Amino acid sequence: MTPRRKRLLTVVAILAGVGLATAVAIKAFDNNLSYFYDPSQVASGQAPAGKSFRVGGMVTQGSVARTPGSLEVHFVLTDFAHTVPVSYTGLLPDLFREGQGIIAHGRLENGVFVADEVLAKHDEKYTPPEVAKAMKNKQAAATGTKS
Amino acid sequence: MGTWTWFHKLASPPHFYRIAGKMIPWYAIPAALLIATGLYGGLVLAPPDYQQGDAYRIIYLHVPSAWLGLLCYTTMATAAAVGLIWRIKLAHALAAATAPIGASFTLLALATGSLWGRPMWGTWWTWDARLTSELILLFLYFGYMALRSAFDDLTRADRASAVLALVGVVNVPIVHYSVTWWNSLHQGSTVIRSGGPAMPPSMLVPLLLSALGFTFLYAALACVRVRGEVLIRERNASWLQELASGR
Repeated sequence: MTPRRKRLLTVVAILAGVGLATAVAIKAFDNNLSYFYDPSQVASGQAPAGKSFRVGGMVTQGSVARTPGSLEVHFVLTDFAHTVPVSYTGLLPDLFREGQGIIAHGRLENGVFVADEVLAKHDEKYTPPEVAKAMKNKQAAATGTKS
Repeated sequence: MGTWTWFHKLASPPHFYRIAGKMIPWYAIPAALLIATGLYGGLVLAPPDYQQGDAYRIIYLHVPSAWLGLLCYTTMATAAAVGLIWRIKLAHALAAATAPIGASFTLLALATGSLWGRPMWGTWWTWDARLTSELILLFLYFGYMALRSAFDDLTRADRASAVLALVGVVNVPIVHYSVTWWNSLHQGSTVIRSGGPAMPPSMLVPLLLSALGFTFLYAALACVRVRGEVLIRERNASWLQELASGR
């Protein structure tokens, strides 16, 4: 084996080793690397109970209710299979509106998600791909066809 | 042997120094034209977005910067691998010359993203997978540059930093796919996506021109910087003394 070939193999081994280690680490972290839970995950109890987490979904049409004279706002997040009612007091981002994908940070209290931060999620279709995917799956499941 | 003579000739420092110098205008002029056209098309001609208004126009800087951040790292890691395997000093010089360029554009991508994120998302910064992996990319550049400067001996600096560049290259696909693999606040790719770009041509064409212009800009900057690297490495060489005294 020539020295050059040995160095080539060393470089390949470094890349393979680091790649494998990273793949295993990412696999181990799995969902912990995801930024938010969708309403179905919340409904099935996958979201941490008693701790704060993020929930992401679409703001249901007609669900936004503001309390006059304050910054308090109530709305319902949906992935078209399950819903999460949200209550929030504070300023909302520019992109917040009904039908828009948003991500709220907070905790569940008696079935209501009390948010301390609301972020708008923007994407090329103005629907979070995760929500769109979840919607599609749920709709397909509801009509009895598998996608 | 015949097919490799051009390669060995290119790898000789005096020849490379001259070629790199001649190439600068061939990269810099297209870069200036493409970036000017792309920015004019994007900032003036392209229609506003129906939800974001004019705020979306920051993509004409943000996306090309982020693209260069990844391109520079890939170039740096490839050059470092070539330098390690074939012991070509010029490859190490290219890697060293590329790092600060990549770091600058990664920083620009983070800064422009942050400026856009505040009004649109409602936050300057958040620890989602895309933003975090992009920050790690910046730190990898910083680590690479810091490690190089920790050695007095250039050969040792080359080899040690090349290993770091190789180890860090695993982050490049993570940055790109972070928005696909995990739920993130950052949106998915607009240009490179299944089903084609999610933009009308009036918005897309200026973006592509700008990105191509930034790529030429990298090439021009790399030529300038790699010549500097060659000067440092060859400071005692006779060809350089002849060149200096000849002028």
